[in-house]
Amino acid sequence: MAITLSETAARHVSQFISKRGKGLGIRLGVKTSGCSGMAYKLEFVDVANDEDIAFESHGVKVFTDAKSLAYIDGTELDYTKEGLNEGFKFNNPNVKNECGCGESFNV
Amino acid sequence: MALLQIAEPGLSAAPHEHRLAVGIDLGTTNSLVATVRSGSAAVLADEFGRSLLPSVVRYLQNGETVVGHEAQSEQTRDAQNTISSVKRFMGRSVKDIKDAPALPYRFVDAPGMLQLQTRAGVKSPVEVSADILRALKTRAESALGGELTGAVITVPAYFDDAQRQATKDAARLAGLNVLRLLNEPTAAAIAYGLDNGAEGTYVVYDLGGGTFDISILKLTRGVFEVMATSGDSALGGDDFDHRVYCWILEQAGLHGLSAQDGRLLLTRAREAKEALTEHLDTRVTALLSDGQAIDLTLDQATFRQITKTLVDKTLLPVRKALRDAGIQAEDVKGVVMVGGATRMPHVQKAVGDFFGQPPLTNLDPDKVVALGAAIQANVLVGNKTDDEWLLLDVIPLSLGIETMGGLAEKIIPRNSTIPVARAQEFTTFKDGQTAMSIHVVQGERELISDCRSLAHFVLRGIPPMVAGAARIRITFQVDADGLLAVSAREMTSGVEASIEVKPSYGLGDEDISRMLTESLSHVQDDIEARKLREAVVDAESLRDATVSALASDGDLLAEDERQLVDTALAAIAEAIAADDTRQVNQATHHLNKVTEDFAARRMDRNIQRALKGQNIAEL
Repeated sequence: MAITLSETAARHVSQFISKRGKGLGIRLGVKTSGCSGMAYKLEFVDVANDEDIAFESHGVKVFTDAKSLAYIDGTELDYTKEGLNEGFKFNNPNVKNECGCGESFNV
Repeated sequence: MALLQIAEPGLSAAPHEHRLAVGIDLGTTNSLVATVRSGSAAVLADEFGRSLLPSVVRYLQNGETVVGHEAQSEQTRDAQNTISSVKRFMGRSVKDIKDAPALPYRFVDAPGMLQLQTRAGVKSPVEVSADILRALKTRAESALGGELTGAVITVPAYFDDAQRQATKDAARLAGLNVLRLLNEPTAAAIAYGLDNGAEGTYVVYDLGGGTFDISILKLTRGVFEVMATSGDSALGGDDFDHRVYCWILEQAGLHGLSAQDGRLLLTRAREAKEALTEHLDTRVTALLSDGQAIDLTLDQATFRQITKTLVDKTLLPVRKALRDAGIQAEDVKGVVMVGGATRMPHVQKAVGDFFGQPPLTNLDPDKVVALGAAIQANVLVGNKTDDEWLLLDVIPLSLGIETMGGLAEKIIPRNSTIPVARAQEFTTFKDGQTAMSIHVVQGERELISDCRSLAHFVLRGIPPMVAGAARIRITFQVDADGLLAVSAREMTSGVEASIEVKPSYGLGDEDISRMLTESLSHVQDDIEARKLREAVVDAESLRDATVSALASDGDLLAEDERQLVDTALAAIAEAIAADDTRQVNQATHHLNKVTEDFAARRMDRNIQRALKGQNIAEL
């Protein structure tokens, strides 16, 4: 059971947290919504919850909850550029299909 | 798949509902667009990695419009159809542009704002600016992967209502939702996070390519107030290039250069200036069209010496702004550097020496305004939690309306934070009055004649009523950009009229400070004048009421009683003519007294009339 960050993603997360001036790490999760049933959540973490499950990847703390982990176990978070756009990408092995934009998915 | 950004805790957007917001620095020479991604503000570059978009628009033969570098490179070849520095024309008429005859454009004078004749037809500065904004919008949407929710656009602190409105119109034309306009120095201060820091006075020193602006900001409880601005609209980095260019000509003994060689040497001069930011000396080499080779070395000491007068020249407006704000250099808590020319070490040193502290320079001075605007935009679209306070601006002068007797009634006092809405109820002055003229004014003085007139409009269709019975609610609304809308509504009938105030010309900061100083030095006169006007208004209103009562119920008075009232009326007319507050008050008081009994009798009669013929059961 694990969630990992690619090296590029870890570097960007560290930069964003240091520029932001605070934050323990990032939270990955899923919530039910969107055109394909479930959507990813990607947020800064200032306070960890008791029920949180934490991983560490390339020096960055990654938080999630048990319910989310069931859907995103084995995910590698990557940071990529597409044309002028850049941002994080979930490489989630559990996904069966996702909507055209990839913002929501189901398993 | 869509690329995600890290959201603030609990603020992850639902799919397809990302609130994409940008900050735009719509500059005279260059424009930029920035956004906040994963909590950090960053400027968005084009596909070649260039952040700056030259604010140049060219209209081509085939109907196409090109913006930026591509337009800039053709500027000298197609001057009439290639518009640069259009910001200077926003909200301006031809007579406002002093160097208009020297510019290569075909100006068309139009009411309110000048226009430019191009091969694509007549273009207003608003349309040209919209073309620049459209290019930035396209860049931002491809960089953010979606449609923009809104934008914050920066404007110089000294921009008046007409220029701000023109900027807003340009954004609307470009299909941008303007979250608000933000003063450039305020944006720079936000980029440095000063809004979260200690209260106090800050200076923003903005030396751009061709203009110099100095602003003094006061931060109190999260509100930035512009205390003073000054500057030089013909002083900037280009003048430093020109000094180096002249030095090259002198050293190489050149004169009568071709335009092509001139341009080449000017480019070399700029490169030398930029190199000296990092190095102690630099080589200047060029091969002229006649085969002559130039090979010189310029060191920092020489560069400092040949440009010293330019640096000193920036300090004059700095002193003036400090004087206007009524503060000393040592009262300043921090100095923010904006504009590419502030990279020059000796400019930074001169500013540091003047204020006795090193200026803030760790952000890119070309980007700092756009970054601040992006941070503000991100807050305004709701990507931040509520405890992050919203930065506000204030209105510089009170807004109000004219009331009877030429008095100014303030509805929104000066230094109110915007956006703000205030309402006040007014009434009619004459019996049967069916219309009311509303005169919107700006200023601190008590008398209308000393304030600045902003707009006039008329509320018609008030049902005829006795004086004082109508209830007219006047609402003043100033939006986040400092633009005013006034509406009037008669509450019993619901008739309404409103106006959006777009003055044809605006107030400069000098006018504002003059109006403020005058209001302070005239306080006593104003109070006296106000007392007199109020007394006169009261007297006239009582006189009119008496005259109309005499007309309808004059028969209730005996001959000698009538005589007394007539004498009192005459005394009022005399007192008003004499402009004497005491005399007017006495005459009013007297008329009140002699008509007391008359008023009581009239009331009895009216009650009898009202009751006559009514069934007791209906009462």
